Amino acid sequence: MQGKSELMTYFAQQLKVDIGCTRADGLVSLQSTSCTGMCDQGPAGLVNGYALTRLTPSRIDQIVDYVNRDIPLTQWEADLFHVDDNIIKRDLLLNEKPLKGQAISATFARGLRETLAEIELSGLRGRGGAGYTTAWKWTFCSEENATQRYVVCNADEGEPGTFKDRVLLNSYAESVFEGMTIAAAIVGATHGFLYLRGEYLHLLDKLESILAARRAANLLGCNILQKGVDFDIEICLGAGAYICGEESALIESLEGKAGIPRNRPPYPVTQGYLAKPTVVNNVETYVAAANIAIHGGAWFAKLGTAKSKGTKILSISGDCTARGIYEYAFGTTVNTILADCGASDVLGVQVGGPSGVFIANDEFERKIAFEDLATGGSFIIFNNTRSILDIVHNFSHFFAHESCGFCTPCRVGTSLLKKQVDKIVEGHGSAGDIVALEELCQLIKNYSHCGLGQTAANPVLSTLERYPEIYQAMLKKISYEPGFDLDKSLETARRMANRNDAAAHLAQVEN
Amino acid sequence: MTTKKVKVATVSLAGCFGCHMSFLDLDERLVDLVEHVQFDRSPLTDIEHCSDDCDIGLIEGGVCNSENVHVLREFRKQCKILVAVGACAINGGLPAMRNHISLEDCLNEAYMDGIGVENPQIPSDVELPLLLDKVHPLHEVVKIDYFLPGCPPSADVFWAFLTDLLAGREPALPYELIHFD
Amino acid sequence: MTKTFVIDGKTIPFEDGQTIMQAASAAGVYITHLCHNPQFTPHGSCKLCTVNVNGRNCSACTFPASEGQNVTNISKELNEDREKITQMLFVEGNHFCPSCEKTGNCQLQAVAYHLNMTDNHFPHFFENREVDASHPDVMIDHNRCIFCTLCVRASEQVDGKNVFAISGRGIDKRLVVNSPSGLLKDSALDVSDCAAHICPTGAILIKRTGYSVPIGQRIYDHAHIDAVALASEGEAHDH
Repeated sequence: MQGKSELMTYFAQQLKVDIGCTRADGLVSLQSTSCTGMCDQGPAGLVNGYALTRLTPSRIDQIVDYVNRDIPLTQWEADLFHVDDNIIKRDLLLNEKPLKGQAISATFARGLRETLAEIELSGLRGRGGAGYTTAWKWTFCSEENATQRYVVCNADEGEPGTFKDRVLLNSYAESVFEGMTIAAAIVGATHGFLYLRGEYLHLLDKLESILAARRAANLLGCNILQKGVDFDIEICLGAGAYICGEESALIESLEGKAGIPRNRPPYPVTQGYLAKPTVVNNVETYVAAANIAIHGGAWFAKLGTAKSKGTKILSISGDCTARGIYEYAFGTTVNTILADCGASDVLGVQVGGPSGVFIANDEFERKIAFEDLATGGSFIIFNNTRSILDIVHNFSHFFAHESCGFCTPCRVGTSLLKKQVDKIVEGHGSAGDIVALEELCQLIKNYSHCGLGQTAANPVLSTLERYPEIYQAMLKKISYEPGFDLDKSLETARRMANRNDAAAHLAQVEN
Repeated sequence: MTTKKVKVATVSLAGCFGCHMSFLDLDERLVDLVEHVQFDRSPLTDIEHCSDDCDIGLIEGGVCNSENVHVLREFRKQCKILVAVGACAINGGLPAMRNHISLEDCLNEAYMDGIGVENPQIPSDVELPLLLDKVHPLHEVVKIDYFLPGCPPSADVFWAFLTDLLAGREPALPYELIHFD
Repeated sequence: MTKTFVIDGKTIPFEDGQTIMQAASAAGVYITHLCHNPQFTPHGSCKLCTVNVNGRNCSACTFPASEGQNVTNISKELNEDREKITQMLFVEGNHFCPSCEKTGNCQLQAVAYHLNMTDNHFPHFFENREVDASHPDVMIDHNRCIFCTLCVRASEQVDGKNVFAISGRGIDKRLVVNSPSGLLKDSALDVSDCAAHICPTGAILIKRTGYSVPIGQRIYDHAHIDAVALASEGEAHDH
């Protein structure tokens, strides 16, 4: 959204390499990436896995110079890799900076069962987007008859437009680890994993050193705070697949297998990592749990709505003056949020990322809440200079690229959807193509194996519902048009026969 | 049934005429058929273009060149009901097996550097239709109303389909008549 | 007392631990499927066995049967959607039945017949896929692979060999062979292996046997896949 394609072209020119290719000297290759979680400081890239932020032509010149002189990354100017938190609005969670060990101590002081009761009282629901009640998840896991259990933190923040977990892990990691430790003490797990998305490699050393310090302080490891609880946390790095944000695919990946969602039931709480009961929660959920352990459930539940207690941390990006992290009580309206972040002339907002919903500018009194606009935190603002069809085009390509390919409706369907959207966006759609588009969307949504496929058609469905006239305007007034370019498909034959007469061409539509 | 005969046009695009041969396997049932049907453009009649009031167009073969596109469009324009007949019309069939070889390689092999080629040159007469880079089934180029699968569809398939249409019923092939080979 | 659930109005007995597919097959109710075979761990990927359980779509081959479930297996909507899913498989690969040795014995084709499918509906991908004819007795035509993983599971669970795997993501997914060269000839596959005979389509074929039964006298030339599947698999489910 911030001039990515121009910069990409510039990068390719300066590096003298085509996009998607490796340069002849083997020193550098250039590829496009999906969202790297830097939407508040884009355009962004990755070099050897490390994030590059706020790219401009002059920063690109600098990078090209380093590459051409074969300078190791460690000697590049640090500012190229600088990642800001950009926390703009704080509430319950972001205002808190508990002392190291405070949440764990509070938990032991109150008692494990009593702390679980506080978490239940708080009404805390999973912050990844699905919103399952945290206390129930922990209870079910603890009630399973098993000798080993696991606690996993899902930090595979891959939904385009979300970056709040990056900030939480950068500045609130102690609370994340305390939340995991409390969960482990309550469910009876001795081993935990932080599944960190590969694009956050820049956070790895820092997180490892925090874990080491916590071990030294007896907040991890054997007999934590002499209370008889053993627990340690291992960090696993993802490899860039969006699907691994789905909890059972994440578990497969942890086990060293390809990230493919499992058949459910059984759910991870009964058979998760290595078929043992496993709690998987979002980064923000653990931060909330740690703070609830300190302040109690009522402290948290005093904010929010009937079904959505507490606050939600949003990652706000797109067309506004202040991109960054905003924490709001559940129930806050979109209008309030747009005013706070300096958005004007707004066309619509993609709430919850591409798998969420696109809302139009007559719906801004709607609220952030599980009962209205449920979201994992992605909040992308589009102003009136943006085209709905460009957005849909982009998102349909994203899902076709990220489908794991396990099930037929998603594997084939998302690629067919990409073709069908391309056909309409490129102006080759005819009367029946919208019906075909909608039919395909329903098929993918109703028959796919996991959440990726079930939501992959959302960008089309939610815009088709709101802006049917935009789609209709793209349709030709004819009954049918081929989905491929007829004249272009004669190009090879024309060239080889050395012809360019009238009969060597085909009109796309019959005259 | 009305006295006015139903006009049927047929053509083979990138096909082998096998579907037409199978149609002729209707044998004595053809006599019954022509009581109700009049053939328009078809290899059976040598009429070169569809009249503008054809009722049914039966098309064998996929779309492999520019002429196929023109013919297919003529059929779509002139026929009320357009039917894709046989495997090639439905999925490109055997001709589409060239789709995984680039057209450039195909033409070079056939006309330039294949075994036994003399006086190598790519045919370039303007009378010749140019090849599309891929062979396409009919439904990717125009809207198709019905599909008769088979390689070829048996005479019984044609009979079942046409008698349904002539009787004003929505055509539906029974299980026994659906074959892809 | 025997536990039961209902499929399309028919009461089906089941035992704890059985899937809807297992209980249905044992009771003589056919549910369309391609990636399922009672010999192996259910996979749940083709989605042809999608049934509606108490209002929600589930894969019958993996979803556990439970007391009082109300299952819809046959409805206009489900069958139309199954047909579309089958059409997706047909356009994804290159399925030219007239030139395939498996025609008439092919489950993909038979499921299409069963669903009264006459066309492929969607635009074809016409992907370029390879043929591996390196093995003396067995060949792979990747054009016809539908990623059901039956060969993967058969090799692992019956042959104890791990000859096959699925690699890649999305539409670029491919069946791969576990051998130094990636070719079948350098793998541990033997013509007598279960994995060599399990393919529901013509992707894995035994050489020199393709036309031992003439076209017109093959399994699905005369029998419907529901009857064939129930006769062979219903029994396997009983044990």
